[in-house]
Amino acid sequence: MATTALTHVRASAALAPRLTLGEETLKFIRRKPLGAAGAIIILALMAVAAFAEVLAPYDPYHADYGLQFARPSAEHWFGTDEFGRDLMTRIMYGARIALFVGFAASFAGCTIGGLLGVVSAYAGGKLDLLLERLMDILLAFPQLILALAIASILGPAVQNVVIAIAIPIIPRAARVVRATALSVKENVYVEAVNALGASRPRVVFQHIVPNVVAPYIIILTAQLGGAILAEAALSYLGLGSAEPTPSWGLMLSGSALSYAEKAPWLAVFPGIAISLGVFGFNLFGDSLRDALDPKLRKG
Amino acid sequence: MRTYILKRLLLIVPTLLGAATLVFVIMRVIPGDVALLILGGDQGHVDEKQLVAMRQQLGLDQPLVVQFGTWLWGVVRFDFGKSLWTGQPVVEELLIRLPLSLELALLATLVSVLISIPLGMLAAVRQDTWVDYVVRVVSIGGLAIPGFWVGILCILFLVIFFGWGPPLEFTPPWVDPWTNFQMMVWPVVTVGYRYAAVTTRMTRSTLLEVLREDYIRTAWAKGLREQAVVIRHALKNSMLPVITLIGTEFAFLIGGLVVTETVFTLNGIGRFVVDAVAHRDYPVVQALIFLTAFSFVIVNLLVDLTYAWFDPRIRYR
Repeated sequence: MATTALTHVRASAALAPRLTLGEETLKFIRRKPLGAAGAIIILALMAVAAFAEVLAPYDPYHADYGLQFARPSAEHWFGTDEFGRDLMTRIMYGARIALFVGFAASFAGCTIGGLLGVVSAYAGGKLDLLLERLMDILLAFPQLILALAIASILGPAVQNVVIAIAIPIIPRAARVVRATALSVKENVYVEAVNALGASRPRVVFQHIVPNVVAPYIIILTAQLGGAILAEAALSYLGLGSAEPTPSWGLMLSGSALSYAEKAPWLAVFPGIAISLGVFGFNLFGDSLRDALDPKLRKG
Repeated sequence: MRTYILKRLLLIVPTLLGAATLVFVIMRVIPGDVALLILGGDQGHVDEKQLVAMRQQLGLDQPLVVQFGTWLWGVVRFDFGKSLWTGQPVVEELLIRLPLSLELALLATLVSVLISIPLGMLAAVRQDTWVDYVVRVVSIGGLAIPGFWVGILCILFLVIFFGWGPPLEFTPPWVDPWTNFQMMVWPVVTVGYRYAAVTTRMTRSTLLEVLREDYIRTAWAKGLREQAVVIRHALKNSMLPVITLIGTEFAFLIGGLVVTETVFTLNGIGRFVVDAVAHRDYPVVQALIFLTAFSFVIVNLLVDLTYAWFDPRIRYR
């Protein structure tokens, strides 16, 4: 874990004893209770997504027309929808799609963007200028609008939603990582490995990339919540996954409002699921950034 | 100042050109035949003759370079062709919907500024107390709760308690202020909350930074009251980044308009985008996406100019 942010930290905390992973975690929980709360939400969500088959009480696709619009009860905690499907089961399976799209899109967008940022910073000159202009142009498009346009061309499917959400993330990650890579590049050790005759890819991958991991992780966690939100918005607008896929945004579109009087729970629970998930990622991301970025520590 | 304005104006030309190119690339080069999509070709069999006619209508039968030239020339003259759905010129359709979206955007910005600056200030001054925690949780919540869900909850509440129905036609405030207010208040709350969340966080963090400056310590040291230190010395100096943010968050605003207008079935530009996508009305989609980028660039230009006007150091750099 040799990262720029952490090297500053190490330098100032050189006298403190080295902490084990467990001790580091405990320290994080004590110092950042909100972040720890976020982490718990994320872990719970992951558990639900991973073990949906075991945890969910019903089949998410099984329609039962005798049970349409059942009120929340002991059998159906969150009630049932217009096809008599158990809403809680569908929300639990929905965690899978939300997490998959969230992680896949942020990971793809941040990795591509991060690599572009490193290359841009290391190469400098015309290539840097060109890539910077390109990123500026991409940034001129509001995230949701760009995702909407790409999703509309690619058509509704989960992998297309991932691509549509990942592309607007690229310039945001590139910008952050490039800024750090620029300062890393100026370090004496980079000059030293250059002088020793290391090849360009070697310098980039062995010496620059490991040192921009901290901003990469920060931007990755910061984008996760936004990506989940974007997935929900796209499926709400009818551009994400299609029925009968249990996607949170899709559950809120159309049917939820047309049955507002008869079954208000249909409009309430999926929204809570989205908000809670994004809230968890944002809390965790915020605290992680505070912990990794020495400038934001309370002095 | 005049040279600065001129320089900034010249700088937006390549950005806009790039944006126009990017829109073209997204709409034409990404695999998938637009003409086929419009005719519903992904769902079943399509008549070959219709396909050829559609390609001709869209100019897709011409070489890519010619298509690109036509698109750019249209952009320069602000002529984006006709909607495939209504047959009306895109710009005309746009102008009909503009007042509603503009009003929604301005009111939401106003509401969010009125909420967020006092809240952010309170949180910064009382850092790490319960006040700060409450403000932070509410503002992180504003970022986590999807805008469309806030809208759905508003409607749910209105339907259950007041038997609300969606408004049919936009009534401008100068025609009937009360009808207009009834129509706009909930959408404004929906868009404004999210916007306020972002601005509150920014106000808090920049004010925190400013409060640690030397001149603030001086202000305290000479015995000024808290009110004078915070408002006259700190807040004034932390407003510049917040003004910039109001510009950059314009993107959030547009996204907010898209979902909010859809939830409340308001006939604005945001819903126009969604409808155009649903109807596969590609000339409209293409024009609207370019125009959002265009307005984003213009808003940020205005923000930068305000910024330079406030802070002379910037324009001499």
